[in-house]
Amino acid sequence: MSDILNRVVKVTVEQLSVKPEEVTESSSFIDDLGADSLDVVELVMAFEEEFGVEIPDDDVANLKTVGDAVQYIGARSGAPA
Amino acid sequence: MPEGYKPSGRVVVTGIGAITPLGSGIDKFWPRLIAGEGAVDRITHLDPTPFTTQIAAEVRDFNAEDWLEKKDARKVDRFIAFAVGAATMALQDSGLQPTEDQKEEIGVLMGSGIGGLTFLGEQHRRQIESGPGRVSPFLVPFMIPDMASGYVSIVHGLKGPNTCVVTACSTGANSIGDAYHIIKRGDAVAMVAGGTEAPINEIGMAGFCAARAMSTRNDDPARASRPFDAERDGFVIAEGAASVILEDLDFAQARGAKIYGEIVGYGMSGDAFHMTQPDPNGDGAYRSMRMALRTAGLTPSDIQYINAHGTSTAYNDRLETLAIKRAFGEEAARQVLVSSTKSAIGHTLGAAGAIEAVICLLAMQHQMAPPTINYEVPDPDCDLDYVPNQARPVVIQHALSNSFGFGGHNVSLILRRWTES
Repeated sequence: MSDILNRVVKVTVEQLSVKPEEVTESSSFIDDLGADSLDVVELVMAFEEEFGVEIPDDDVANLKTVGDAVQYIGARSGAPA
Repeated sequence: MPEGYKPSGRVVVTGIGAITPLGSGIDKFWPRLIAGEGAVDRITHLDPTPFTTQIAAEVRDFNAEDWLEKKDARKVDRFIAFAVGAATMALQDSGLQPTEDQKEEIGVLMGSGIGGLTFLGEQHRRQIESGPGRVSPFLVPFMIPDMASGYVSIVHGLKGPNTCVVTACSTGANSIGDAYHIIKRGDAVAMVAGGTEAPINEIGMAGFCAARAMSTRNDDPARASRPFDAERDGFVIAEGAASVILEDLDFAQARGAKIYGEIVGYGMSGDAFHMTQPDPNGDGAYRSMRMALRTAGLTPSDIQYINAHGTSTAYNDRLETLAIKRAFGEEAARQVLVSSTKSAIGHTLGAAGAIEAVICLLAMQHQMAPPTINYEVPDPDCDLDYVPNQARPVVIQHALSNSFGFGGHNVSLILRRWTES
């Protein structure tokens, strides 16, 4: 598991109060992990802080799953996903 | 409501939930209240060192995860968690398990004087330190006082009238009174009503310290809340919530509910004098008690117990005493027992009127007037029977509860003991 994936899972577990084993790359934040639209805004803010990146609102709509977030952050931060 | 619904016009209390500094749940706090115990102590929720007042009555046995999903429990402002805890406790106590259709006829009115001040303070700090982009999307929903009613309705699926009263320290009493009216006029068969407050945070303490309204007896917290005592020096801030289940009498009896008591009188008035000081003749309080008596169809000698607003401030206790004498007349005022349970619980602001209505119901159920503790030095201006320091067994058929709030809001509720007949 990549470093980015580990950290995305850690932040997701903290923010959404879910169990680590529930979170896989294909997990949808809303459909599988119980997030609502406000939870997603807060989750994205937590990703921004964890990785030191800015995620514009227009891009948030594309971050539906854990895997989407890992890829997006990998591309933005220049680190290997 | 179904076409042609006719309310009985009588409203009874069938469930009680309370989260107080003396304990959460009536079986926890009532015995301690009657034993004359107090809950005021040095503040632990934050570092009190910078504040002129360093004492409060904190709720220390409450765990939000007992009442909410883990994710929500961790996030919501404390005043919302308190509201859900108290409302759920009251619903469980009432045994009310509405059908899906009945849920549309059951509403929620859980007021808060201030709302989510803790969350607001934290997010304001984030904005200053990290910029507006770091402010939580939950700031607005967790800050607005009406979210107590909203959240309780979501948790329990209650779809009847859903609203909120914000009248500072009379919020809890106004919420129960307004919910009583909603049922009485036939807009709901039952209401979850009460008040909630969680003001013990940095910005809350700073504001109340600046207002110079709180006791500074930091070296002796246990004796700081001393209503009607000559050496009182201000109120002691506290937190908590209480909720009652109000039902139309016919609806309650049809389902065989146990009944604690009946709401029979509701008086309200405005001082129209000053933002924070009471009217110098106790005029607003006098008129609110008179309205409560009139709406109940009672005379002063029908009331055996008054749960006073009794904040332990110089102004309130003197002027409330004056107002009781004016509303009751000298003779009935000397007969009636008057106690301030804020001596033990502190002042829970928007929750106080609800907690004190609950105390009136329990006082009638147990036929026991709770004491005003820390009553040591008589004040010539406060010369009624305040049930000093020891609870007193007494026949209580009707109890009156006073609540007065910044803004000059005055509320008096009258409750009747329930006897099967």
